[in-house]
Amino acid sequence: MTKSEAISPNQSLWARISQSKYFVYVLISPLIFILIGYVIFPMYKTFTNSVMSQEGDLTLGNYISFFTTEATIESLTNSVFISVVSVVTCTIVGVTMAFLLNRYEFPGRRILSVLVLVPMALPPLIGAISFSFLYGESGIFPRLFQSIFSLEEVPFSLDGILGVIVVHTFTMYSYSYLSASAAIRGLDMSLEEAATNLGASRFRIWRKIILPMLTPAIVASSLLVFMISMASYTAPLMFGVERTMTMQITLSRTNGNLDMAATQSFVLSIVSIAFLLLMTWYQNRRNYQNQSKGIGVHRTEVRSSLIKYISLILSIIGVVILLLPILVIGLISFAVDGEWTTQIIPTSYTLQHYIDLFTDQDTWEPIWNSIKMSTVAVIGNIIFGVAAAYAMVRYNFKGKALMDILIMVPWALPGTVVAVNLIAAFSEESIFSFNQILVGTFWILPLAYFVRQLPLVFRNSQASLIQMDQSVEEAAHSLGANWWYSFRRVVLPIIMPGILAGTLLAFVQGLTEFVASILIYTPSAMPLSVGIWNKMYSFEFGTACAYGVLQSILIIIVLLVNEKLKGDSSSTAAF
Amino acid sequence: MYMKSVTLDGITKMFGNAKGVEDINVHINSGEFFTFLGPSGCGKTTTLRMIAGFYFPTEGEIYFDQEDVTALKANKRNIGMVFQNYALFPHMTVFENIAFGLQVRKLSKEVIKEKVQKAQSFVHLEGYESRKITELSGGQQQRVALARALVIEPDILLLDEPLSNLDAKLREETRVEIKRLQVELGITTIYVTHDQHEAMAMSDRIMVMSQGEIQQIGTPQEIYNKPLNHFVASFIGESNILEGEIKEITDEHIVVDTGDNTQFKGLKENCSPNLELEEGKNVLLSIRPEIIEEGEGPNSIQGQVQLSEFSGVSINYIVKVGNKEINVMIVNSGSDVLKRGDSIKLNIPESGIYFMDDRG
Repeated sequence: MTKSEAISPNQSLWARISQSKYFVYVLISPLIFILIGYVIFPMYKTFTNSVMSQEGDLTLGNYISFFTTEATIESLTNSVFISVVSVVTCTIVGVTMAFLLNRYEFPGRRILSVLVLVPMALPPLIGAISFSFLYGESGIFPRLFQSIFSLEEVPFSLDGILGVIVVHTFTMYSYSYLSASAAIRGLDMSLEEAATNLGASRFRIWRKIILPMLTPAIVASSLLVFMISMASYTAPLMFGVERTMTMQITLSRTNGNLDMAATQSFVLSIVSIAFLLLMTWYQNRRNYQNQSKGIGVHRTEVRSSLIKYISLILSIIGVVILLLPILVIGLISFAVDGEWTTQIIPTSYTLQHYIDLFTDQDTWEPIWNSIKMSTVAVIGNIIFGVAAAYAMVRYNFKGKALMDILIMVPWALPGTVVAVNLIAAFSEESIFSFNQILVGTFWILPLAYFVRQLPLVFRNSQASLIQMDQSVEEAAHSLGANWWYSFRRVVLPIIMPGILAGTLLAFVQGLTEFVASILIYTPSAMPLSVGIWNKMYSFEFGTACAYGVLQSILIIIVLLVNEKLKGDSSSTAAF
Repeated sequence: MYMKSVTLDGITKMFGNAKGVEDINVHINSGEFFTFLGPSGCGKTTTLRMIAGFYFPTEGEIYFDQEDVTALKANKRNIGMVFQNYALFPHMTVFENIAFGLQVRKLSKEVIKEKVQKAQSFVHLEGYESRKITELSGGQQQRVALARALVIEPDILLLDEPLSNLDAKLREETRVEIKRLQVELGITTIYVTHDQHEAMAMSDRIMVMSQGEIQQIGTPQEIYNKPLNHFVASFIGESNILEGEIKEITDEHIVVDTGDNTQFKGLKENCSPNLELEEGKNVLLSIRPEIIEEGEGPNSIQGQVQLSEFSGVSINYIVKVGNKEINVMIVNSGSDVLKRGDSIKLNIPESGIYFMDDRG
């Protein structure tokens, strides 16, 4: 290094710009553009649609009719009811599982603790479809019981709101389970020992120590489940519950009542954003975990042989329930289309669907479309998600808290609402679409995926950046590296596992996205999930399930890779 | 080898409305081993980070030799820094870590290889070049950090509590090692620590800081023997601080009354320079526990043992004299250890009393 370079007093223009205290605003301006253009502007367009009459006057008529029409009121109460019940059932199942698997040793624990996360590998649409195959009116189990007991009609079937709640419980309890598991593992056993030592009974310890310590985790996951339930679209669609908010929005649209759809979307947005704020507020409050470090997990072994047998049987039932949905999808993916009518299970099988996936042009098309669209979206996610995360972690600027919430808004908004917003914004030319009409083109879905998955990449990158010791970056600077050099050689490689984890998740979510896709896809660029839905609609169950198996396999691969990435990054972070 | 001097001229750093450091003025000589010493939150790390270029001062200027570097970016300062947690690049090997600064300087592959090898042998890490950082012990990581900082041939070496993450034995070893490297290279070194033993053992000069302000700058002997104020006296080593009123000033002596009919007579030369001598004025007396002797002698006092502690090398007593408690350290010479309640006769040599201003 030449000395003269270091002491040169006349700095370059770039150096002067990058040292200015307004430089951070230069850095975040593309993000502000993205947030305004693809989050706020579409929401605003939906809002103006909702307060504008057909003639273009300002009116509250839509909102008045929203709150006076029996159908919408019933939809709102149904959605809230379904969500509340889903929260209760998910919490009961999730917390119970978390306790059993983390605190007790019993026959079947190991296999259960692996399989407990299987529902996460099912895309929402496939989850709903599998339940209707298994327990629906013409499902395997109702038919099985009908034929065993020679009944006129099926003895039971999963239908309506009950069906929706069961599917919700199965697909969403993992949120409660993961959250409660983390909290239980963080629970310091010595607290319970201290309480026992002070003379407290088992019941008292539960009431006074364990439950209060778990409350933050339970509340956080309950808010999440509530939000996802409110946004749920596939389960009501599958079980024909038309009177929920998301279903009403699509019905209003198909009936041509666009103002009403906008109004319903906006009301649902408000509810979702309110929940996002509530969650953010709740998570920012201090909770009382992690006061002590290095807690050894201690499992109570089940000793009585009677309880051992009972727990073994229950474990087997649990394993079966957890595996059945994925097995039935696998089974039907081999079934010859149109041959399965009134039999309990399909009678003839073929490998043709899997061969078609990759050889038949029409079957391959949706897969290829989804890969292309998801890739485009993910590239955008990496660029803007990582930049946003870096700006938020490393710099302080005015409006930072607001931006933190704005980035998360697309995550809180139901897919249906995101779709309605994008249609409102981009069915005409605007500066944010570079004077193009996006609706009806290939680009609208990548944009939808980009918007919906930005929070995912952002959050993952942010988490790895926060974990990364800032002095490592300073060390690079003091060794002479400029900002770009140290970002490229030090920061990026260290946070890569986090970025990759978020990106892979975003990619498979794009591949499996259904809710927004079904509303705004362009027939010439039909995505995979819409393909599944159309095949279901035309009774080509085999092909639909083969698609579903493909999606599930991709999700499982990504989950496994992420698990590996997490392991790697934690070992480097712990040094 | 020529090394740069560092001058801090009226440095103040505010964090919003909170004061980081205030009005720091110090000149660190070329080749000097200079230590910022103080409790946590005293502003020593803040000052170091301004020299490194991670913070910019709110007021004042920083000079390396004659050159004003106040606004110069960290990557243009040619400084070697060792961080408290080492801040090694976790995704790189030992070789890649040490080579990083050389690669930034665009040296050729051969030169880099040669310099890294030299640096490795300098810190006794030969053969470790392809190890991952996670496979190293704390002490080894420490040495990689040192090698990485030194290999770029910096003008100044900054060390931010480099020993605080090591266990006691390794700390001793590494301390000696760092001092050896510094002496061999003759590099201007600024060392930050809260550990007075480290500071005393290693430094040419020490700057004692508290609450963002300089308390005293001086050699270890000056700081220890002639503390400027109460804070320095009690932070550096252990000291009995007594309050009193000047009774008499003679040509060579000062007599102070500390109440309870006790008077202490000390040498006039053992006065803090900022103390104005005047009869009737309140002063503080600093008396080191190891100065106090058992038995008859000058400034003799009678007390009662409150607590006794046998440490092998010495016997430590807390002695109640009147309504004061005094710490006493007697070198173990095989005599009996007194018990609680025993009475003890002590004396303090005239040269063992140090007078300070009672402010601060």
